[in-house]
Amino acid sequence: MFETDRRDFLRCMAWAGAGVVWTLSGGVPSSRALAQAVLKPGDFHFVQISDTHIGFNKEANPDALATARVAIARINALPMRPELVLHTGDLTHSQKPGEFDTASGLLQELSTGAVFTVPGEHDVFEDDGREYLARFGKGSAGNGWRSFDSHGVHFVGLVNVLSFKSGGVGALGAEQLAWLEKDLAGYSASAPIVVFTHIPLWAVYPDWGWVTSDGQEALSYLRRFGSVTVLNGHIHQVLQKVEGHVTFHTAYSTAYPQPAPGVGSGPGPLKVPAEELRAHLGVREVSFRASDGALALTDSKLG
Amino acid sequence: MKPNRTPLASILTLALAAAIRIANFKFEPATLEIAAGDTVTWSNSDDEIHAVVSDDGGFRSGVIEGDTQFAHTFDKPGTYAYRCALHPQMSGTIVVR
Repeated sequence: MFETDRRDFLRCMAWAGAGVVWTLSGGVPSSRALAQAVLKPGDFHFVQISDTHIGFNKEANPDALATARVAIARINALPMRPELVLHTGDLTHSQKPGEFDTASGLLQELSTGAVFTVPGEHDVFEDDGREYLARFGKGSAGNGWRSFDSHGVHFVGLVNVLSFKSGGVGALGAEQLAWLEKDLAGYSASAPIVVFTHIPLWAVYPDWGWVTSDGQEALSYLRRFGSVTVLNGHIHQVLQKVEGHVTFHTAYSTAYPQPAPGVGSGPGPLKVPAEELRAHLGVREVSFRASDGALALTDSKLG
Repeated sequence: MKPNRTPLASILTLALAAAIRIANFKFEPATLEIAAGDTVTWSNSDDEIHAVVSDDGGFRSGVIEGDTQFAHTFDKPGTYAYRCALHPQMSGTIVVR
């Protein structure tokens, strides 16, 4: 977060609530109290939102649209407008008529410079991604992958729910891997890289499909860089991992939580008491400090 | 020798025999044997949605949840592997005699 004056600072505190700030120094994340994480207004920051599941209305959250709106209101109340917002997939829940319209409308309510999305399996399972790509594929290659630069950071959006190999979900595929290798080749090792994709790139829990089968191949292209941040969704909870200069962060959903890896029969919606639901949902702010490229992640619960 | 059943009981027996229940992220039964010409019906009792797609591309359902089921008639003998379109760790097989 950053501080321009006390009023804005207090707003930062209110937004983050019990949020944890993760900072990276030499590739090792350490959590610090928010009050210490002061960044200048000129620093670059953006937001990750994930797993909005528009259309979901079962017991775990009878109104996923309402909680998505709470998340967007939080983002729009940030003292400093985020440069961009990344949605790491499962924008919609069941590809039913109207869900994509609603999701699209929601993203347009965001007060930010640009929104970039990658699909989740819920967005593409019925039509191999035709509707998703028609709405969100502009500027992307292949099945929706893309890269862009902002403030000296190289962003790469990967799609790991639409590979044509058997199984499809949970793989990047040869064509995308070849594109990725070529895309990264022109960047010096000191360029900060942010990779965003739906399913975790590392093996969180393969029995539940919480893995990308060819993720290690992608990571082999990323290992030479000094700062790589991988942002994922899919598992509806925050987990982190560090591997050399690569840090991995999965995200809260704005719709419903899921159980911890292996706890219970499967990765389905986890029911919690209604008054506790928002404490299991959240959004994330990521800040790059211009002076030294230090990175801070703030995970903020919705309630 | 065929058992002496009423037509209704026969229909119910067929319906039960060719039913696959999706529960706790599993197809039950994982392997189902049927006769050529039989229809298999999938239903889902999980809170999460599921959908089935055959490995050879022969059949594909939409969302299976609540009262919405999916049925497919298998005319040709063979072994048909399929999986959940959303959760690839879920797979099943239909053996058509």
